Amino acid sequence: MAKVENALRLTAVDRKAAMLGLEPGMPLANARAMLPALKVVTADEPADRKLLAHIADWCDRFTPFVACEPPDMLLLDVTGAAHLFGGEKPMLDQIREKLSKQGFALRAAIAGTAAAARAFAHYKDGAIVPPGAEEAAIAPLPIEALNLDAITTHAFRRAGLKTVGQVSARARNELTARFGARMVFALDHALGKAEKPISPRIPLPDYMAEHRFAEPIVTEDVIRATLHSLAEILSSVLEQRGEGARRLEASFFRADGAVYRITIETSSALRAPNIIERLFREKLDALADPLDPGFGYDLIRLGAIRAERCAEQVIGFDADANEEKEIRFLVDRLAARFGSNRILAFQPNDTHIPEAAFVAMPAQYAQNAKWECDTKEAPRRPLRLFARPEPVQAVAAVPEGPPLRFRWRRALHDVVLAEGPERIAMEWWRHQDLQASRDYFRVEDSQGKRFWLYREGIYERETLAPRWFMHGMFA
Amino acid sequence: MSDAAAKIAVLRASLAQAGLETLHKHARVPLGHHETDLCLHGGLERGALHEIFAAGTHETAATGFAAALGFRMAGKKRLLWIRQDFSALEHGELSATGFLEMGLDPSRILILRVADAANGLRAAGDALSCAALGAVVLEIPGEPKILDLVASRRLTLACAQKNVSAFLLRFGAKPQASTAETRWLIRGACSSKNEDWGNPVFETDLLRNRHGRTGHWVMQWSCENGCFRAADCGAVVSATCDRPVATEFGAVA
Repeated sequence: MAKVENALRLTAVDRKAAMLGLEPGMPLANARAMLPALKVVTADEPADRKLLAHIADWCDRFTPFVACEPPDMLLLDVTGAAHLFGGEKPMLDQIREKLSKQGFALRAAIAGTAAAARAFAHYKDGAIVPPGAEEAAIAPLPIEALNLDAITTHAFRRAGLKTVGQVSARARNELTARFGARMVFALDHALGKAEKPISPRIPLPDYMAEHRFAEPIVTEDVIRATLHSLAEILSSVLEQRGEGARRLEASFFRADGAVYRITIETSSALRAPNIIERLFREKLDALADPLDPGFGYDLIRLGAIRAERCAEQVIGFDADANEEKEIRFLVDRLAARFGSNRILAFQPNDTHIPEAAFVAMPAQYAQNAKWECDTKEAPRRPLRLFARPEPVQAVAAVPEGPPLRFRWRRALHDVVLAEGPERIAMEWWRHQDLQASRDYFRVEDSQGKRFWLYREGIYERETLAPRWFMHGMFA
Repeated sequence: MSDAAAKIAVLRASLAQAGLETLHKHARVPLGHHETDLCLHGGLERGALHEIFAAGTHETAATGFAAALGFRMAGKKRLLWIRQDFSALEHGELSATGFLEMGLDPSRILILRVADAANGLRAAGDALSCAALGAVVLEIPGEPKILDLVASRRLTLACAQKNVSAFLLRFGAKPQASTAETRWLIRGACSSKNEDWGNPVFETDLLRNRHGRTGHWVMQWSCENGCFRAADCGAVVSATCDRPVATEFGAVA
């Protein structure tokens, strides 16, 4: 029950209620008048969507191409998948049987196009229509099977066109003139004459391999062995196409319907089965909540979500190339365990702002960069840099001079040597609001610690009370 | 009895042999500072665990010393620096420009950020199995319980297996027993008061040396040549930090 058009109406009815004459869309008051003992539950649309998504996940085991059509429909593209289950009929029976066992009521049909399948599922449960036979099969169905809007359907009924066959017998130009091209397309789609792609819920892998088990598997050893054999299959396919995977996904389908998906990324196109298996092992080991096999998995699938060209490499005696490969493997392993944003490499950045002059980016995507520097004199930039400069209380002899002493983290430092200021103006061409320039000082205290301090704002021009900050420390 | 004595003699001989072997098994990397290299029989041993402790709040000096040793040890290979999130907040993030100014190529550093010491140790164990790495620096603030003798033994073994060196960089911790080859206590030292002040100068205490004497030196890292050398004249400092301090600003630019 839900509030629709300012009235409480039924949104769905169970089998018993339907037999007693209730139907969706009926006002609650009418229903109560017919059946005073009616049990009503408030509709919870998000929960319904979630349930549908779960069922879609479960259906993933039949084909990776599953689309959700809320409120209550799933579209499965079974092209090329049916033979794995012994044909379309056994497949449909299997889906029906397994979902019924889980307590769902369902209607299902297989047809050449999505619209035709929808029509049969609603009005001729269990139909399996071979390609090309849609037109004949759909003709006796009522006009509502086309899933047109209410006004169009009503108009057809008024005109005495009660079945799909009667409508399709009319000339197309008449229909287009009266109802528009969209309606004609919907008709053609249902008749199997026009094709409209369905969009899958999750991106389809470029390549995939899967293994089904007659008995659900539980032990880790078997899971690993399976992943390895799947990786071998995948790798031979990738090799034939001269490609390698950059992102791989392993899906574990548990017997009770739960689906786990685990993704790994690699820093270079990869197709060596043992490396793929090793990376997944790292990832599985590092999972915060480990895979719970429960009653076991009955299907494991390995897919290459993103593949790219991978030049055939001659295994040479070139030590450098081998080293580079080993480093990449290490980076991938660490990324699989700790996350790819945790293993970083430095890249130069073209700016004079000290904290932005370099970026530490994920090593998996980093390029080899060239750094150039003149190291004839003592370091001018600190080795450790605070991401957030810390406020410092400093005393200076003159407002624009170096500090004499300063207090940082409750410790007092006496400045022995100081050099500066090095004035760094902020990038006014990037930021709208004007930021104060910074006067940097390199100082050394009496204990041999070297600091990098700055004073924010130029005295008298930008501010009268400049503040001091600690930005970094030298070795 | 004589049988047993002979047996013991044989065992002693083989032990001595083994000791010699371990002494010469791995190459040694000279630091460039003559006295230190003499004391270390030619340099720091490759494929071993070395500990670097920051004295007091001289964390950045210890970082610089570890970076310098790490790069010397790594040669042309890469260096993996494992650091904890807490360390970056407390002691500052590692800066590529800072490495660059020290004459160390930032493109040869890989940084791994980990949440805690347990993860750091685990990652270090994994990384030490990669012979393509030159060295691994593991930065650990505080004194976590997990870093015990077993952990250090494990690291030592992992180092020896693929001949990759490990540096354990410790902040805010007291030196304690471990299986490390060498143990250093580092504090920053004052620069000489000449025009080009501010080079990395370290006051180093070699607290432990498995195959030789210990010692105390003041070394300066030469950014230009990429090696250690004796500190510039005038920078010779006493071991204590409460020495009188010159108050004039001779080198203010």
